[in-house]
Amino acid sequence: MNRLLKHREILLVGIIAIMVAGFSTRAAGFAMPSNLANIFNDTSILIILALGQMTVILTKSIDLSVAANLAFTGMAVAMTDAAFPGLPLVLLVVMAISIGAALGAINGYLVWAIQIPPIVVTLGTLTIYRGMAFVLSGGAWVNSHQMTPTFLNFPRLPVLGLPILSWIAIVILLLMWGLLTRTAFGRAAYAAGGNPTAAVYAGIDIGRTRFFAFVLSGALAGLSGYLWVSRYAVAYVDVAAGFELDTVAACVIGGISIAGGIGSVGGALLGALFLGVIKNALPVIGISPFAQMAISGIVIVLAVVFNARAERRAGRIILRDRGAKEVSA
Amino acid sequence: MSDLSAETHTAGPRARQTIPDRLGTPVSRMLGSWEVLLFGVAVVIFIANSFASPYFLNAWNLSDATFNFTEKAMIAFAMAMLVIAGEIDLSVAAIIALASTAMGAAAQMGIGTAGLVGIGLSTGLLCGAINGALVSGLKLPSIVVTIGTMSLFRGISYIVLGDKAYGNYPEDFAYFGQGYVVWAFSFEFVLFAVLAVIFGIVLHATNFGRQIFVIGNNEFAARFSGIPVERVKFILFLLTGLMSGIAAVCLTSRLGSTRPSIAQGWELEAVTMVVLGGVSILGGAGTIAGVVIAAFVMGLVTFGLGLLNVPGIVMSIFVGLLLIITIALPIIARRIKYASGK
Repeated sequence: MNRLLKHREILLVGIIAIMVAGFSTRAAGFAMPSNLANIFNDTSILIILALGQMTVILTKSIDLSVAANLAFTGMAVAMTDAAFPGLPLVLLVVMAISIGAALGAINGYLVWAIQIPPIVVTLGTLTIYRGMAFVLSGGAWVNSHQMTPTFLNFPRLPVLGLPILSWIAIVILLLMWGLLTRTAFGRAAYAAGGNPTAAVYAGIDIGRTRFFAFVLSGALAGLSGYLWVSRYAVAYVDVAAGFELDTVAACVIGGISIAGGIGSVGGALLGALFLGVIKNALPVIGISPFAQMAISGIVIVLAVVFNARAERRAGRIILRDRGAKEVSA
Repeated sequence: MSDLSAETHTAGPRARQTIPDRLGTPVSRMLGSWEVLLFGVAVVIFIANSFASPYFLNAWNLSDATFNFTEKAMIAFAMAMLVIAGEIDLSVAAIIALASTAMGAAAQMGIGTAGLVGIGLSTGLLCGAINGALVSGLKLPSIVVTIGTMSLFRGISYIVLGDKAYGNYPEDFAYFGQGYVVWAFSFEFVLFAVLAVIFGIVLHATNFGRQIFVIGNNEFAARFSGIPVERVKFILFLLTGLMSGIAAVCLTSRLGSTRPSIAQGWELEAVTMVVLGGVSILGGAGTIAGVVIAAFVMGLVTFGLGLLNVPGIVMSIFVGLLLIITIALPIIARRIKYASGK
């Protein structure tokens, strides 16, 4: 299994490298380190969200409410910053993470304690959280001149040549890698999705593992809420509409099995970068940005086909197939 | 052991014992059924609405209110079958966008009403066939596949239309979304009623309908019973595509224009309608009658809130809450019953 995962990651690195090389023949400078750093910075928020989504998917669940969570939290911190310009930034970031975690905990609680299927819970909370963002703001925008300069500039500050936004993504990548491969929670997440029956026998509380996966996903969405609002210097109700699908797409492309239990932090990173490279390349090579949606659609479908074949080759078809049905239902 | 099965097999509202078996059902049991409960809710909302606004109780006003749900309900009928069979289609709204775009492009070329309807329906069928081939042919999980095709179908609309819109539909094309059959009964409402009856018969009174329930309850057993599981699923995706095509004809005709963002978020409302109608999201149980009543409930709620000047996005909070609460309540009730029974 491990070899297969490595194989998939090397393959993705290869595809991304070929794409970058191909694009640079059309647009000189696309493969320049500075441009690649730009793409990474541009993709940072997607990477952070994909890592949260991945943890949830590992436990055989799905979180469709991340983008709505991001919109609500982003709106909440932006309005707080606009209303109380004196508040230190640390407090606002902590606030964003806690609001996000609280919204994630609502999802997790409904999945854990009431045992509603995750897709139904998060479809519901998706509309509720975005509706709450409207109720909170009354439909008004928070524009850049209303927010304090520290609030807006922090993710942009360069440290060792990279903006802080990129460093945040890198730190979270490392933390997530440690969490998923070096802690009991990580083991439990893989076990809960890979084989729930065996996990219960091994003494793992699947419901609790899912709950914490949702809290983690929510916390990362909350942090992303602040990052998004400060990066684009505006907060409104429809911020990041539909972005939850991009996070799922990044995971699927990165080889994280939608049936749970399979996937790596590296895969999620590469899946997100794959989408990031395409997104940044389209305007460069003169394709209408309107084509982006269709392209990510095709990529998702191809990635699912590819995943299914890879998993089939590994000789685990019966388990995977059953798992897939349970999630899809 | 019971702990185990609770995790792996009943992780949700699985009301499997309610597979409809109307013949000889005691009246007391019928009164406790989900459909009757929901009907009661619909009546309460209806009465509340008529108190809330003096304009509510008017035949033409009520007729207007039905437009809130007829198109979504048409999709929900097919979606209900799909969910009962244990699959889901999140691309329905994107199919509407693509079918509407195809019709719009055809209308610009001067194709007549009959041709437009043909193009709308066949686009729906084609999209359904793609979903069906991916899910039942390649045996992929339907939730990711249809998230992908959702992006793909709507993405094609965006490529074709960008930020522009199609208009200039033939005049008689307007009948499907704006015409009335008799008095205040619109074409859409009559179509909705006819489709409800057809779907009810197919699901509850034919072999095909029975096979859908068997697949949803135990796909493994269905295969061993000689049910062509993949073929049934393929037909269901095809049917969902066709219904989305029909909904696209009605919606495009009603709006008289096409934008790539048409019917945004409808997949959510269709799924909500299905689940609210008592269909188990895990498959194997549900009725068309329930979906019909759920359609009325959702239509009345949004119309009533609209009369009270509640903005659309706030209504969506109610829809989301409705979805979660209607699923959570029976589970909590069952748990309380179980606890007191001990």
